[in-house]
Formats: sequence, structure tokens, C-alpha cells
Amino acid sequence: MSDMHATPSAAVATQDVEFWMKEDHHPANGTLLGFWVYLMSDCLIFACLFATYGVLGRSYAGGPSGADLFDLPLVAVNTTMLLLSSITYGFAVLEMQKNRKGSMMAWLIITGLFGAAFLGIELWEFSHLIHEGAGPQRSAFLSSFFTLVGTHGLHVTFGIVWLITLLFQVGRLGLTPANKRRIMCLSMFWHFLDVVWIGVFTFVYLMGSLS
Amino acid sequence: MNMPDLAKLIFGRLTIEAIPYHEPILIGTFIAVAIGGIALLALITKHKLWGYLWSEWFTSIDHKKIGIMYMVLGIVMLLRGFSDAIMMRAQQAMAFNGNPGFLPPHHYDQVFTAHGVIMIFFVAMPLVTGLMNYVVPLQIGARDVAFPFLNNFSFWMTVAGAMLVMASLFVGEFARTGWLAYPPLSGLAQSPDVGVDYYIWSLQVAGVGTTLSGINLLATIVKMRAPGMSMMKMPIFTWTSLLTNVLIIAAFPVLTAVLVLLALDRYAGTNFFTNDFGGNAMMYVNLIWIWGHPEVYILVLPVFGVFSEVVATFSRKRLFGYASMVYATVVIAVLSYLVWLHHFFTMGSGASVNSFFGITTMIISIPTGAKIFNWLFTMYRGRIKFDVPMLWTVGFMVTFVIGGMTGVMLAVPPADFLLHNSLFLIAHFHNVIIGGVIFGLFAGINYWFPKAFGYRLDPFWGKCSFWFWLVGFWVAFMPLYVLGFMGVTRRMNHFDDPSLQIWFQIAAFGAFLIALGIGSFLVQLWVSYKRRDELRDVTGDPWHGRTLEWSTSSPPPDYNFAFTPVIHDSDAWWDMKERNAGRRLEGYLPIHMPKNTGAGIILAGISFVFGFAMIWHMFLIAGIAFVALIATAIGHTFNYKRDYYIPADEVARTEAARTEELAAHV
Repeated sequence: MSDMHATPSAAVATQDVEFWMKEDHHPANGTLLGFWVYLMSDCLIFACLFATYGVLGRSYAGGPSGADLFDLPLVAVNTTMLLLSSITYGFAVLEMQKNRKGSMMAWLIITGLFGAAFLGIELWEFSHLIHEGAGPQRSAFLSSFFTLVGTHGLHVTFGIVWLITLLFQVGRLGLTPANKRRIMCLSMFWHFLDVVWIGVFTFVYLMGSLS
Repeated sequence: MNMPDLAKLIFGRLTIEAIPYHEPILIGTFIAVAIGGIALLALITKHKLWGYLWSEWFTSIDHKKIGIMYMVLGIVMLLRGFSDAIMMRAQQAMAFNGNPGFLPPHHYDQVFTAHGVIMIFFVAMPLVTGLMNYVVPLQIGARDVAFPFLNNFSFWMTVAGAMLVMASLFVGEFARTGWLAYPPLSGLAQSPDVGVDYYIWSLQVAGVGTTLSGINLLATIVKMRAPGMSMMKMPIFTWTSLLTNVLIIAAFPVLTAVLVLLALDRYAGTNFFTNDFGGNAMMYVNLIWIWGHPEVYILVLPVFGVFSEVVATFSRKRLFGYASMVYATVVIAVLSYLVWLHHFFTMGSGASVNSFFGITTMIISIPTGAKIFNWLFTMYRGRIKFDVPMLWTVGFMVTFVIGGMTGVMLAVPPADFLLHNSLFLIAHFHNVIIGGVIFGLFAGINYWFPKAFGYRLDPFWGKCSFWFWLVGFWVAFMPLYVLGFMGVTRRMNHFDDPSLQIWFQIAAFGAFLIALGIGSFLVQLWVSYKRRDELRDVTGDPWHGRTLEWSTSSPPPDYNFAFTPVIHDSDAWWDMKERNAGRRLEGYLPIHMPKNTGAGIILAGISFVFGFAMIWHMFLIAGIAFVALIATAIGHTFNYKRDYYIPADEVARTEAARTEELAAHV
């Protein structure tokens, strides 16, 4: 490639310079980059919710605090469910790379079950809090708590819906390149939710129980 | 279940009372819109255009057509937003000495809110996105964007948001809160009606589109550049688009989040921004400006790119200081996140915090000033041709510098304490948004129109439009600077001090001149269409351009480039012309292209229904719409056959026709 920056007007013989590609040009597929960027934008939504919790998380308005409400052993079980689901998703991806459709789908189903268990425990915790009179309307602290944790739970719900959809698609069409790409996208999504949950667990539950 | 319960289940709080039949202005508008709409639909039906529109435009995933549709949306909404503006100017010019004017406060407050929301979200954003959509893939030598279906979907989501705002005109009412809907005023206690809900859902629906289109264009620019186009060989408009889309991705999620919180306060009874139970309204103000300040750079950076392209082309010179232009843009993009608090110095954050944000704000003027000097040095000793795009550019440079200086004045916290919320602020941001964004968009429209439609825009009416806008802007907004210095605050429905009236009358006359500017632009479009044979651009390169989009025919073929170009210079097309690159005329290959799909418009249509149902508390319909939305989206993922090949002989035929045209022209 010639360096034409300094002399744009110099007429140079063009025989040795190509201006048009002879062969087909295949630009790199942008799906994984695009999905990763989407995750970062989603991460910003969580950042706003964390910031809101950071500002409002001590505004109890005379109501209960985190130390009064949080049941740490239960949250520990819940966290375990989500972490295990991330590991099993990793196993699914390993099986996918070996092109073993059956065991890949089995690991995906196990992942979905762990995810559902996580959601079930979270819903039980929410209903328990609401029955105790500590619903999202009670104080700004509880508003921001329910919104942050609930948004994460909503993401897990959509992840499970997506996972079921993918199971049908893989079952029908097999491990095609398109389906492999989708499995990788969901994998990023799933691990991303895991990372967010680490933040929730530390920032909301652990630090909340200390106060 | 009895009848009222059933009606409430289906219609929520929507009753016949929501139709504003007792307000003559709205009824008049509605009749005009209805007649116009029916006439348009009748014409389309008469000329049997529905099939054509559906298959060639609405379902199209061609970035060029989507770009044009964005522009149409922006121009239509400009007329709506400007009607609001002229109503406000007229109201304030006459509401003195006990005369209440023609807009009661209840209506007037909706007008200024709608004006701001529409002009930013549904005029400036679609026009900027439209230009980026049309031009960026052509400038980087690509055949489409990275995610063609998402592009179509993003466009229709923006349309759905715009339709929700328009619906508020005739069903219910719009927010009376100002364009950023600060709580507690926008909370349930102070605004129990549907206005704020229209605001929330129209922005949420449109925001999905904006965020996705940002991701799409980012991936396009990062992944799909032609071989040889390193980052520092990208055309400057592509550079500013890249950074704009980074800002979109990093800013719009914040808007989404904060509007979700406001919606929860209104729908679920949470206490984020309420006055009781520990809520904190200033959290909202902080969050919305963390989106809002980058947003103004989202609007202005692409037009900085337009000016850079225009000034180089019409000065017949390489852009002065390409690298410094890139770095200046990057610095502006980064700094745009460090200044949000200057919108509310009066909140009382203390001297240190205010000083920090005041200084960061002033620092932004340094890279911006560097850009102005780069444009001036590009013109210096250039062979300048004052075509219409160049007129807009020069008008911009003069106007924008004044707006920038008043911005630096506002950045000084003690000065801001006097000028906060005054008409001085209104004059300042119109000075930079009209003088920057709008002028840039008109420069861009005049510059790229021949590429998109194959004929140039009529220069006479273009010049009329420019001069009316330029003079109209100065006449309309200089009085507001004066009034702001006198302490007159914004958003007033009427005034008691008769000595102020003359300034408002001058401003109203300025708005009238701008109306003539918009009218001249519409006439320009019509006259150009009528004279299209005289204004025809056969070469594809009517301005002797420098970047790749001018290497294609006007309009470009569906596939943009028969052969992917190889880039050796930032002004790639200029370089090709200098070195007699010529066109490649043999060895055509089949071209891989994405297929049209109706999924985008269907999903956006369901989103509109969902938003409308949520606004009116029709929770049954909202639930059904939500399930339908998810089901349709999942259904769409089962469609794996999204592409096709344009056969090589069809490409050969298209290219041969162009060869013939070029030969006939010479």
C-alpha cells in the first residue's frame, strides 16, 4: 500500500495499485460484537439502578432496613443456584464445540432448571417481604431494592424464555452456524447476569445486612 | 360482570371525555389532519401504491431507503414541532395588558412540552439518524449495515413513538411538565392525568429504536469497512457518526432506566422521586441530565461531520487537520459525560462541585474551537464555491460561535445563578441547536440529496430557505437574550410588564421569517422535483466530491458497490480520481444481500398498541399486546432464510446501463 498522504496530487502509475477487489468481500460478522455492545448498554441500566440504590438505599422512611429483612442463608442458596447455572451453561458450550447436540441440549435444560429455581426462590422472598408489609411502596429503600433485584430477575426470566426457544431451534435444525452463534449470545447474556448478581449479592445483601 | 366493569376492563380510563371536542384549535387541527390524511390515503389507493410502498419501502432493509424514511419522518415532525413554536411566539407576543392570548395555560403548557420533545426526539434525532443511515455504509464501502432487519425495526419503533405523541393531540392530552418532565411535578400527585404517561411511553418505544440503531451503526463501522480503510483513513463524517453512536449506546440506557423509575412511581406506587417515604426528586434530575447532556452532542457531532465534508468539498481542498479533527471529536465525546451538573448549578451542590462542572464545561469549548479553526483553515486559500450546502456551513460558523460564547457565559456558576431558567438560556440553546444542528442538517440534505434521488435541489429556493432561516433565527432569538438579561423566565403564559411586549413582538416576527424559511424548503423540494430533468446528476459526483459515496451512481444500486473498493487514502474517491482508477467492468460476481421483512413494522405496530394501552390503563389489552410482542419476536427468530443473491448477470446489466449513461453524458 503506497503512502499517498503527503502528495495527494502526484500522478502515480496505477498499474500496481488495486482500487477494486476482484474476489467477493466477506466483512466480519458483527453479531457477537453487536451483542456484546448491547450487553454493555444493558449494564448501564443496571448501573443506574445500582446508583439509585446507592443514593436511596438508606432512606428507610421509618420502615424496616436491610438488616431487619434480609435472610442471608436463603440468598446464599439462591446465589448458588445462579452460579451453578453458569457452570452448566459452560458445559453446554463445551459440548457444542464438540458438536454433541444431545448432551449440549441436556446441559441447557439443566441450566434452565437452575435458573428457574433461582427465580422461584426470589419470588418466594419477594412475596414474603410484601406479606410482612415491606413492599416496594413502603420506602425509597424498598422501591430501589425491589427494582434492582426485580430487573435482574426479569432478565433471568427472559433468558429462560430465550433458552427454551433455542432448545426448539437446535432440536429442529441442529448445531448450524447460526444456532451456534445464538448459543454464544445467550451464553454471554447468562454469564453477564451472573456478574450483575455478584454485584447485587455484595452491594445489596451483604452490605445491607451489615448496616 | 356488569357493563361499567367490562368497559373499564377494556378501555381503562379512556372515555369519550378524552376527546378534546370543546377546544376549537384542536378540533380545527384534527379536521385539517383528517382531511389531509384521507386525501393522502385516497391518492395512494387510487394510484395503487400500497403494494409498492409495502414491498419497496415499509419492509425494506436497504439502509438507503430506511435513511430516506427517517428523513421524511423528521421533516413531517418538523412541521408539527414548528407549529407549536409559532403558537408560543404568537401567544407571548399578544398576552399583555390583561389580554389572556389565545392559549389558556393548560393548553400552553402542553404546547411548550410537546415542542421540546418533538424537536429533539422526533425531528433532530430522525434527521441525524437518517443521514448516518444513508451515508455511512456508502462512505465505508459497505453494501448494507451490520444488522439490516434491526435497522428497519429501529426505524418503525421511532415512528411508533412519534405516533404516540401525535395521538396525544387528539386523544387525551400531553404532559404539562416541560420537555424533561421533572418530578415531583411529573409525579402522580401533581400530574394524575395521561399527559406524562404519553411522554413516558412514546420515549420508551422510540428509545428502543434509537439504542438498537446505535448498536447497529457502531458494529457496521467497526466491522464492515472496506479493505485498507484503517481508523485514521475513515471519512470524517464516519468518524463523527462512530462517536455519536458510542454516545447513543452509553446515554440512552440511562434515559430508559430513569423513565422506568418514573413510570414505577406513577404505576406501582414506588417512592423514587416522591416527596414522601424517602424519595429524592434530585436523583431524577441528575440521571436525566446524564443522558441529556450527551444527547446534545449526539445531535451536533454528526453535523460537525457534515460541515467537515462540505467545507472540504466546496473548498476543493483536503480537510485541514484531519487528525486534530478526530481527536477533537473524541475529546468532546468524553467530556460530554463530565458536565451534566451545569444544567442545575442552582440545585445547591456547593462551590467545589459547581466549580468542577463549570470548568469541565468551559474546557469543551477548546476542542470545539479547534474544529472551527480547522474549517476556517480548510477554506483559507481554497477555491470556494458558494453552493447551498456551503452557505449553510458559513452561516453555521458565524451563528454557532456566538451560541458557544453564550454557553461559556452560562458555564460560569455565579452568572448561571442569575441566568438559570431565563430566556437567556432559551436563546442560548436555540442558538446552538438551530445554528448548529438544523443548519447542518440542511447543509447535509442539500449536499446528499442528489446522491439519494439522482437530481440536485433547486439552488434558488435553497438560497431563499437559507436566508430566511438565518435572518429569522437572529430576529427571533436576539430579543430573548435581551429579555433573559432583564430576568424574564421561560415557560410564561402571559406577562404584566407592558415594556417587554416589543421584544416578544420582534421575536414573533423572527419566527414568521423562519416559517418562510421552512416554506421555501418545501417549495424547493417541489420545484426540484418538477425541474428534475434539468437538475439531473448523471455522473454520480455532482460536487466533485472526495469520499466513496460519490463513486456510485445517483441513486446507487441496491448493492451500492459492484466491487468492494480498496482504500489507500482518507479521501478515497478523490484519490481514485487523481490516479485514474476508473471503474472495473468485468468479472462480476453474484452479490449476497439481505431479504426484506415485515417483522419490523409489525413489532413496532404492536408496541404502539402496548404503549397506548398502558397510557390509558387498559391492562388487559396491554397484557395481550405484550404477549403478542414476545410471540412475534420469537416467531421471527425461526426465520433463518434472511438473504438472497443478486445474480451476476443482473449486476452486469445494471453496471452496463451506468457505463452507457456515463458515456452519453461525456
